Amino acid sequence: MSPDVLYTIEVILNGLMAGVMYSLVALGFVLIFKASGIFNYAQGVMALFAAMTLVGIQNGQVPFSHLINAIFGTHIHHFGWQLPAIVAILLTVVVMIIFAILVERLVLKHLVNQEPIILFMATIGLAYFMEGFGDLMWGSEIKTLDVGLPQGASLALEEYTLKWAAEGSEYYGMYLDKLDMVAALVALALVITLSLFSQYTKTGRALRAVADDHQAALSVGISLRKIWVITWCIAGVVAMVAGVMWGSKSGVQFSLSLIALKALPVLILGGFTSIPGAIIGGLIIGVGEKLFEYSIGPLIGGATENWFAYVLALFFLVFRPQGLFGDKIIERV
Amino acid sequence: MNPLKIVGVALITSLASTAAMADLVFPSLSYRTGAYGANGIPFADGYADYFTLVNERDGGIGGIPAKVIECETGYNTQKGVECYESTKGENPLVYQPLSTGITYQLIPKVTADGIPMHTMGYGRTSAKNGTVFSNVFNYPANYWDGASHAINHILSENGGDIKGKNVALVYHNSAYGKEPIRTLNELSAKHGFKLAEVPVDHPGQEQKSQWLQIRRTRPDYVLMWGWGVMNQVAIQEAVNIGYPMENFIGIWWSGSENDVIPAGAKANGYKALTFHAVGSDFPVFDDIQKHVVDAGKAAGAGDQVGTVLYNRGMYAAMLAVEAAKTAQGIHGTADINAAQMRDGMEALVMDAAKMESLGMAGFGPEFTVDCKNHGGPGLGAMQQWDAGAGEWKLISDFEPSDMEIIQPLIDEDSNAFAEESKIELQECA
Repeated sequence: MSPDVLYTIEVILNGLMAGVMYSLVALGFVLIFKASGIFNYAQGVMALFAAMTLVGIQNGQVPFSHLINAIFGTHIHHFGWQLPAIVAILLTVVVMIIFAILVERLVLKHLVNQEPIILFMATIGLAYFMEGFGDLMWGSEIKTLDVGLPQGASLALEEYTLKWAAEGSEYYGMYLDKLDMVAALVALALVITLSLFSQYTKTGRALRAVADDHQAALSVGISLRKIWVITWCIAGVVAMVAGVMWGSKSGVQFSLSLIALKALPVLILGGFTSIPGAIIGGLIIGVGEKLFEYSIGPLIGGATENWFAYVLALFFLVFRPQGLFGDKIIERV
Repeated sequence: MNPLKIVGVALITSLASTAAMADLVFPSLSYRTGAYGANGIPFADGYADYFTLVNERDGGIGGIPAKVIECETGYNTQKGVECYESTKGENPLVYQPLSTGITYQLIPKVTADGIPMHTMGYGRTSAKNGTVFSNVFNYPANYWDGASHAINHILSENGGDIKGKNVALVYHNSAYGKEPIRTLNELSAKHGFKLAEVPVDHPGQEQKSQWLQIRRTRPDYVLMWGWGVMNQVAIQEAVNIGYPMENFIGIWWSGSENDVIPAGAKANGYKALTFHAVGSDFPVFDDIQKHVVDAGKAAGAGDQVGTVLYNRGMYAAMLAVEAAKTAQGIHGTADINAAQMRDGMEALVMDAAKMESLGMAGFGPEFTVDCKNHGGPGLGAMQQWDAGAGEWKLISDFEPSDMEIIQPLIDEDSNAFAEESKIELQECA
């Protein structure tokens, strides 16, 4: 094969992998929107907060240490332990569950039956609060996240594909990041688990009932508040997974919260209410933006990915306003 | 005398003396929040701590305490301008906006208001021309110097011949990131290397396409003009594709501990430019520890002392203090105003003796500023990351840039600005 063909395949594969990373963020949005009709502006910050908590717990960092030291004149920063990644992950899940309960008790409970825009505004407030709270709790410096995930090129794949190119051509083998491959497997496992959970468990069916019709679900005795807590718990865990994957690449820092921007076109394309939509949307956006950057980017100065993802999503929006997999919009008069 | 008159005179005298002894105000347009907060914090801490040191150890500048007014910009140009407007009534002596975007907006404002602005290693490069930019200073080095330093380093590694070499510039797709392109194009024409431009959009969290391109084209050297998360991701991606770190060179804003630590041991060998020394092996840091950190007066937790960006903030503050001292000397008064501060900056001399007296011998290059040249000689050095030791090491002396290329560019750009803005050129002796 000619190297150009192989490079194109490489770009498509890497686009798929990038798409999976976008989907991981989009999934959290979909879960909450599906169950409560809330567009959770704080999803990106939740990913950041979860990743900060994970690193903090793993490294034995004392939460609010700067505040404690400033008030009491102490110099405490660490408990002195280094926890195994799995323990830190489980403890972070506990923190995200507590966070979900607090969000329901302190914010959502008071906004039942309010307009979606009010709930959306509440999540904006929540995002800003969490940004500051996370910094206060764990500090704002860039943290290294190491939960043992592999990173870097897959040398086996590089070697295996090296011979695919025509002899004498300049080709270095196909590149795939091992972290992206792990992310793809994790996303697959997440989607299967969430699908099985929503299809075959009582709580999952209750979630779907609430998603379909709040009033009808309430009339058959489903607790809306309980469902909201469960939904935010799951979204919190999904945010943690996204935070771990993205944080492994760049370190855990404020910019992690901006990954939500990469999820928006995915949601527009895949639909706000479909879990498979979040995945398929992510893959289309990932491949689309990478192929565009590879083929057209050099002709127009490059750096096309950010805006092209939105153009692609808007193109789909013209033909399917509800997204590829979103619930069909039916207006009855 | 009537007791009422005595009280009145005493009150007036007291108010007058209070006014006379007003603090010397140094606004700090900092960013401790947002996407670039992790970098803004150590810089702001270093800036504030040096003024605290001067107050605590020396009793201020010429006997008058320095006062730092911090205003949060979030690295947002609009907020930066608001910070300027809200603090300019406090009789500030010099602004340091720490943002190229804010700098561009403030240039006409500070010029009209007669307040000097120092943009150390950032901002509008052609502000080096003091006859056009009377109130803007960018000593000791600017972006175009940086571009030249990087190419000089590559030249020195290749015996002075880089004809036919491929150099890629990975840059933040903003006014800041685009600054070196013109210079690099000129240097490319002079030395015969091929330049490939690889832009990265803000914030730079996802750079797969750019690094696949670099992996395909295999440039001999990669230069980076990045900031914030873009740096960390770029270094990680370079590690992932197995790019040789010793051939990867960042500008000084891509060379802090924050940028290399997330990539771990494989970031070893990564290089970055600098215009000041690294580490905390200077007497001034002992003073900071004693008078500022241990006294509980540090702006931050005290854990950033000696890091690259803390040092840079401290260096900026030190240059401001020395300019203020120079101004006090010129005008024979300790209570200087912004116009007098400008004169001090324009007559600043940073020689070895002065640096040594400050406990900073060799911390920065020796340089002088004058009416025509607000940027100094543009000296810069190269630092390299030692992942094993977890520290940056200076691997070169402070060396000059290629003024044969840069000076005509500065003249052209600044003169065009003067014409466009109808600026009356400052007359220099």
